[in-house]
Amino acid sequence: MSEPLPRTSQAAEVWRRLRRNRAALVGGAVVAVFVFTAIFAPAIAPFAPDRGDLGRRLEPPSAEHWLGTDELGRDIFSRILYGARVSLQIQLVAVLIALVAGCLLGLVGGYYGGWADHGIMRAMDILLAFPGIFLAISIIAVLGPGLLNLMLAAGIYSIPQFARIVRGSILSLKEKEFVEAARAAGEGDASILFRHLLPNAMAPIIIQTTLRMATVLLTASGLSFLGLGVQPPHPEWGAMLSNARPYLITAPHVATFPGLAIMLVVMGFNLFGDGLRDSLDPRLKD
Amino acid sequence: MIRYVVKRLMMLVPVLFGVTLVSFSLLQIVPGDPAVLLAGEDANPEFIEAVRKEYGFDQPLHVQYLRFVARAVQGDFGISIRNREPVIRLLLQRFSFTVQLSFLSILIAAAIGLVAGVVSATRQYSLFDHASMVGALLGISMPIFWLGLLLMLVFSVHLRWFPAGGSGELRHLILPAIALGAASAAVIARMTRASMLEVIRQDYIRTARANGLRETVVIYKHALKNAMIPVITVFGLEFGYMLGGAVLTETVFSLPGVGRLMVEGIFQRDYAVVQGAMLLVATTFVLVNLLTDIAYALFDPKIRYE
Repeated sequence: MSEPLPRTSQAAEVWRRLRRNRAALVGGAVVAVFVFTAIFAPAIAPFAPDRGDLGRRLEPPSAEHWLGTDELGRDIFSRILYGARVSLQIQLVAVLIALVAGCLLGLVGGYYGGWADHGIMRAMDILLAFPGIFLAISIIAVLGPGLLNLMLAAGIYSIPQFARIVRGSILSLKEKEFVEAARAAGEGDASILFRHLLPNAMAPIIIQTTLRMATVLLTASGLSFLGLGVQPPHPEWGAMLSNARPYLITAPHVATFPGLAIMLVVMGFNLFGDGLRDSLDPRLKD
Repeated sequence: MIRYVVKRLMMLVPVLFGVTLVSFSLLQIVPGDPAVLLAGEDANPEFIEAVRKEYGFDQPLHVQYLRFVARAVQGDFGISIRNREPVIRLLLQRFSFTVQLSFLSILIAAAIGLVAGVVSATRQYSLFDHASMVGALLGISMPIFWLGLLLMLVFSVHLRWFPAGGSGELRHLILPAIALGAASAAVIARMTRASMLEVIRQDYIRTARANGLRETVVIYKHALKNAMIPVITVFGLEFGYMLGGAVLTETVFSLPGVGRLMVEGIFQRDYAVVQGAMLLVATTFVLVNLLTDIAYALFDPKIRYE
């Protein structure tokens, strides 16, 4: 990887490539709608998410209740809109935890090498020994169920991916001339790490952040579905699906829409992440 | 090759140490007296003291840890407070179920993924290629538990092709296996397609074609064999993810697997069960990865010399 071009022109180039990638644009649009919904849910939602009418339970979609009502007579459309808030909040916190911790571990391991690197990477191996969502469940087993622990579990679950990617980039970057130049100019380790190495490793980090938003949503909604994450009556999509299970035969719409919401948003982040990868670093294209 | 296997085995040591340490520390981190946690809150004081003695909770931590490992190696994970049964018996029963489910899933995922990947690669940008790549995107974006519910709705409730509940027969496993395998099928399809596309562009494929070999021989005998090498690693990884993802499938279909056992253990504060399940699933995943790496090295000699 060469020295980044002046920032504006690089951003312009990435934008130009991204604009021509139709799949990425669709993904970006879905993500934009999702974020907009999460922010403005109270203004858009026709009903309060927890206002139920037991006389109107499990009604199919109608002009008044666009996506029908659930087992307590609550408006499913409104609950899905509010659910976007819960999901985005979980995703942001969890990915931020993973991003900060993973980047620090990867930077330190990749830059200093030796025992620090060895120790960090073995610790990551241990986390990775618990396959997929099983790691998050194991962390919940230790911490106990709940929203905060869910964010922490989904965050820790994603640390190894960031650590590995950053370490890999640093390993190849630290041999470059510009690092040597900075060192010759008398800059300290911290300055080299954060002013020279990290900015040059940004592309894979940005891509991974986007793709992880998708994985974290799947994991977090899965944990809530199991009853280990967000607890009812909060409008979380996985928890809504779990509540809908007994009514699968009589009112299948209750289980349909929250799942559709998860899938759309996950797909949006996946498409956008793949598009970013192709635009930010065309060589990574598979 | 033997040197590679030995080296790879040595790498297991710190990971297994970490895995045992993590499941050991569960009882230390969860608030409360470990002896009471294991014996159950309503146990009588003598029994709690007996548990404390047996597990050495009155001893320093490293002694406790060593005892924990020594017991685990002998297959002693304690007694489930809920079923009053040895945890190992519960684990083995439930684990064999989860392995069967995962095995069926990986078979389905491999069949669909390989066919879709190869056909997509040989007909790049065709309608089939586009359709299967959209399908793959859906596969990796769909929550397992939602797909499970949809399959149940369509194939059990409406079409009545498969039973909605129950277990013990193959027909009970089909829908759960499809739900669990969909994401892996998608990953395998993408990987196979990418790998095939790369191989097809190689010189030896052009040579094979130039020698007048039939296209089917070129694709299936020469290209596929080489394209499969990177795909092998995905199988091991995906099998591991199935062990994890099985928790969700087992919950949706109410199946008696080890994932369900673990989640029930968390709810019922049955810590011996949770510890055992953590240890068993993680160790299995680590061993599966070991076998995958060895298989990979067998097929691709370059790996051994890195």
